[in-house]
Amino acid sequence: MIEIKNLKKSFGKLEVLKGINLDIPSGQATGIVGPNGAGKTTLIKSLLGLTKPSSGEIYVNGTKLNGNFDYRRDIGYMPQVARYPENMKVNELLTFIRGLRDQDAVFEQDLIDQFNLGPELDKMLRNLSGGNRQKVGATLAMMFDPQILFFDEPTAGLDPRASHRFKQRVQTEKSNGKTIIITSHIMSELEQLVDHVIFVLDGNVRYYGTMDNLLIESDETRLESAIAKLMEHPVEVAI
Amino acid sequence: MNKLTHIIRSELKSLMRGKWVMGYGLIFLALTDVLLRFGGGGPETLLSLSNVMLLFIPLVGMIYGILYIYQSREFVELLLTQPIARNTLYWGLYLGISIPLMSAFVIGSLLPLIWHGIFVLDVGSTVLVLGLGAVLTLIFVSLGFVLGLAFYDDRIKGFGFTIVIWLFMAILYDGLILFLVFLLGDYPLDKFVIIVSMLNPIDLARIMVMLEFDISALMGYTGAVFNRFFGSSYGVITAAAMLVVWLVIPMWSGLNVFSKKDF
Repeated sequence: MIEIKNLKKSFGKLEVLKGINLDIPSGQATGIVGPNGAGKTTLIKSLLGLTKPSSGEIYVNGTKLNGNFDYRRDIGYMPQVARYPENMKVNELLTFIRGLRDQDAVFEQDLIDQFNLGPELDKMLRNLSGGNRQKVGATLAMMFDPQILFFDEPTAGLDPRASHRFKQRVQTEKSNGKTIIITSHIMSELEQLVDHVIFVLDGNVRYYGTMDNLLIESDETRLESAIAKLMEHPVEVAI
Repeated sequence: MNKLTHIIRSELKSLMRGKWVMGYGLIFLALTDVLLRFGGGGPETLLSLSNVMLLFIPLVGMIYGILYIYQSREFVELLLTQPIARNTLYWGLYLGISIPLMSAFVIGSLLPLIWHGIFVLDVGSTVLVLGLGAVLTLIFVSLGFVLGLAFYDDRIKGFGFTIVIWLFMAILYDGLILFLVFLLGDYPLDKFVIIVSMLNPIDLARIMVMLEFDISALMGYTGAVFNRFFGSSYGVITAAAMLVVWLVIPMWSGLNVFSKKDF
């Protein structure tokens, strides 16, 4: 359960988030979309505690975010760019994060098998391909079985097979009742994975509802055209 | 505490593999050995080592600190999304990179001093010189951290400031003071010179070396005034206290920036 109340964030004079209000119930799979510079990343960073709000409040599972960190035990995050220390092996990285989280890595082996990371475990991270590094990121995000999962452009560097496996895994997590939040520019991917959409434009939420409803309201059959329409005429289908 | 040592250990392991730190230690090993073989040995060697150390350590420390911030950006951000307090993470990363650098200098310089028998002859001076190098490493790695965090998105500016700060503190400072003293020679300037010397950790370290070896004339004007004004033991204590202040300020400001920063 994530609640955001009147969240504002400015960097100097630049107002990036202009009063965001959102309620994301547990177990919902939500896609965050919007043009570049709309504030998607800042929104996610605020939820993760990387960025501190200028004003407004955020609650994750009832805990108010104020520089505390325990709430992140329930969060798994897969960043868009996966860069790790060069002189660390994959299994050392997994051990390192395990030690930091002090949680049971219930799905570690499961994910290693699913993403076929077994042969990579003893390699240095600098020798891994971009796609394999993304898979390590996905493993780190999901191996502790957290309640809330954030994926930032998750399939950007993955080959079709890995991307397919990743989506399958996300579907499994979804059916297990996880709260899933994905940002992506690949609309077809969101169509497969999420059923709610948050459309962010100029630091405001311009649409938040089910994908089906968005398609009906915008009189489109595909998410891509519906979002394109929203970008061009934001007011027409706003909630 | 457990998490802190966990981070430090992991950083250490990763750095040791980089061989970079080993190379840094080997440079000091070779340098000290050569100085001992060709420089006559004894206090002269420690003095030459101090001169190299006073120039070299601040530059390497700052570059090392700022490079770490720039290179590990995405990784640090990933670590910040884990359930761990920001200050634990800060100390873990900071100590994890400054301890190996510090050890490389101390071990690299100490080994030749031991096998040439200088260490047993002059334990006090050796400990002082190596200790000062260690403290300078800690100070300048954290200054590098502060600069990296302050110019997080602007690497050119970050590196630019690093070089300018190093040039200013390590090279120009003593000359500027001398110039001011020359310019304002008609006024009593002792207190002024003592105060400005305290504002630069490299000068402070230089003064401590100078007081230890009693060679004020060789170590610049500031040292001479410091020596005259304080006398040896009082001078060392004051300079040491100021170095501690210098140690605390960049570390504290680094921690402060790190805890408040929007990543």
